[in-house]
Amino acid sequence: MSEARLLAPKLSPTEKGFRLFFLAAAIVALGQMFLIALFLLNEAAGLLATAPLGDFLFSKDWYPTYEPPEFGALALIVGSVVVTIGSSLIATPVGLGLAIYLAFLAGRRKREWIKPAVELMAGVPSVVLGFIGLAVVAPFLQDVLDLPTGLNVLNASFILALMAIPSIASLGEDALAAVPRDVLDASYALGATRWETIWKVAIPAAMSGLSTAVILGLGRALGETLVVLMVAGGAAQIPTSIFDSVRPMTATLAAEMGETAIGSAHYHALFALGAVLFVLTLAFNLLAYWLGVRWRRG
Amino acid sequence: MALFGYSLKERQTRELLALGVIRFLGGSFLAVMGALVVYLVYRGGSAISWDFLTEYPRDSMTAGGIWPAIVGTFGLAAGSMLVAIPLGFGAAIYLAEYARPGPLLTVIRLGVNNLAGVPSVVFGLFGLAVFVSFLGFGRSLLSGCLTLGVLTLPTVTAAAEEALRQTPASFREAALALGANRWQAIRQVVLPAALPGMLTGAILALGRAAGETAPIIFTASAALTLNAPESVFSEVMALPTHIFNLATNGAHIAATRPQQFGACLTLIVLVLGLSLFALIIRARLRKGRKW
Repeated sequence: MSEARLLAPKLSPTEKGFRLFFLAAAIVALGQMFLIALFLLNEAAGLLATAPLGDFLFSKDWYPTYEPPEFGALALIVGSVVVTIGSSLIATPVGLGLAIYLAFLAGRRKREWIKPAVELMAGVPSVVLGFIGLAVVAPFLQDVLDLPTGLNVLNASFILALMAIPSIASLGEDALAAVPRDVLDASYALGATRWETIWKVAIPAAMSGLSTAVILGLGRALGETLVVLMVAGGAAQIPTSIFDSVRPMTATLAAEMGETAIGSAHYHALFALGAVLFVLTLAFNLLAYWLGVRWRRG
Repeated sequence: MALFGYSLKERQTRELLALGVIRFLGGSFLAVMGALVVYLVYRGGSAISWDFLTEYPRDSMTAGGIWPAIVGTFGLAAGSMLVAIPLGFGAAIYLAEYARPGPLLTVIRLGVNNLAGVPSVVFGLFGLAVFVSFLGFGRSLLSGCLTLGVLTLPTVTAAAEEALRQTPASFREAALALGANRWQAIRQVVLPAALPGMLTGAILALGRAAGETAPIIFTASAALTLNAPESVFSEVMALPTHIFNLATNGAHIAATRPQQFGACLTLIVLVLGLSLFALIIRARLRKGRKW
C-alpha cells in the first residue's frame, strides 16, 4: 500500500481538482438519500405534537380540514395496499406470461420487435394512463357493469397493472434469457416437452430474477401517483368490494399538498404519509436488491 | 413414455394448454396496449393542428392550443438535465474510476439504487420542503428543475456508471502505461469510449423528466400562464399537469376533451420519441463496438 503510494506519480493540481469534484458529486448522490429521509422525518415529526403515532397509523378517520382535524391514515394505507395487491393479481401472471412468451415462444425475429416495444411502453407517462382510465375505462365500466362510478379499485388496479406489466415482462425476460442454454438442452435431451422444460427447469433456475422483477413492478405500483389520483375515486374509506372508491397515500399527497399552508398540522400529516411511503418502498427495494444478490451468487 | 407419472398423451395436452395460456396472456396485453395506442392516435390526431401546437389557450381553455405547456415541459426537462448530468456523470466517474471496492462503495451504490425506486411524489414533497420553502425559490421553473434533477440523478448516475464499467480495463492500462495520469486517461481514453452510453442513459432520464407530473404539481406548475416565463422564478405550465388539470378540474371537463386527447398524444410523441432515439443509439452502439 505505502509502496504503491510512493511509486504513484504526484497528483497534478488539475487531477486533484477533478478528483475532488467527482468525490463531491458522489457524496451528493449519497447524501441526497439521507437528505430526503431527514427532511421527510423532520417535517413528519411535527405531526406528533397534534396526534400520537398510534392514532395516525391505526385510526381510519382522515378529516384534515375539520375543526379539530383528524389525521387517521389507516384508510389511506389500506387504499394503497388494496390497489397494489389488485394490480399484482393482474400484472404478475400477464407480465410473467409475456416474459415466458418472449424468452421461449416468440422466436428471434418477433422478439426483436416486441421486446423494444414493451420497453417503450414502460416509458408511457403515468398521467396519460391515468387519463385513459378516467376518460375511456371508467365510462365503459360504469355502463357495462351498471355502477354508480367507474372510478374504483378495479379500474385503478387495471391501469396500474398496465404500468407494471412492461417492466415485469422486460426484467423477467432478462432473467429467463440468462438461464444457461445447456441446462435447457439437457432437459430437452431427456425427452421433456417445451412446457416441462419451462416449468421444471427454466422457471426454478430464474426464480430469484423473476421475483425481483415482480417486486420491482409492485414497488412501482405502490408509489404510482397520477393513476390512482385520477382513477381510484378518492374516497378515504376502507373498501368492501372492488367497485368501491379508495384514496391511496400517493393520491392524498398529490391532491392535498397543493392547498395546504406550509407548516400547518395538515402539512406535517402529509409529510408523515410521505415518510410511510418512503419506508415501504425502501423495504420493497431492499428486498429486490437482496433477491438480486442471491440470484447473481446462485 | 410416462414422464413425471403422466402418459405421453396427457403431457402433450398439458403442453398445448399451458403454451396456449402463455400466448393468450402475452397476446392480450399487446392487443390492449395496441388498441389504446390506436385510439389515442385517432382521438388525439383529430385535435392536433399547427395552431393547437403554437397558440395559447383561449376561452377558459376550451379553445386555442398548448404552446406554453410545451415550452414549459421543454424548459423543465432541459433544466433538470443541467442539474442531473454534471452531478450524475461526476458521481459515476468517481464510483467507476476512483473509488476502491469496499463498504463505502457498497453503501453509495445501494443508496443510488434505492433512490431510483422512491416514488416521484416523495421527491415532490422533498422539492416543496427544500427548494420551494426552505431555500425560498417559491413555486417556479427553478424549483421544478431542481426537483426533477434530483429525481433523475440516480438514474443518470447508474446508467453512466454502467457505461464506464463496460469500457475495457485494457484501455485504461494502455493509457497509464504510456505515462498518462489518471485524469488524462479518463478524459482522453475512457470518456470518449463511454460517453455515448452515458448520454443514452441521460436521454432516457430526460424523457422520464418530461413525462413526470407528481413532482411538479406543487413545485413548478401553474394552471394557466398568458406570457412566456420571464425568469427562472416564474411559474410555468407543463404538458403533464395541463392534461391533469383539464381532465379533473374546472367546469369544462367535457368541453375540453379534444384538448386533453391532443395534449396526451403530444406528450407521448415527445417522451417516446426521446426513448426511441436513445434505444436506437444504444442498438447502433452495440453493433459498432469493437471490444
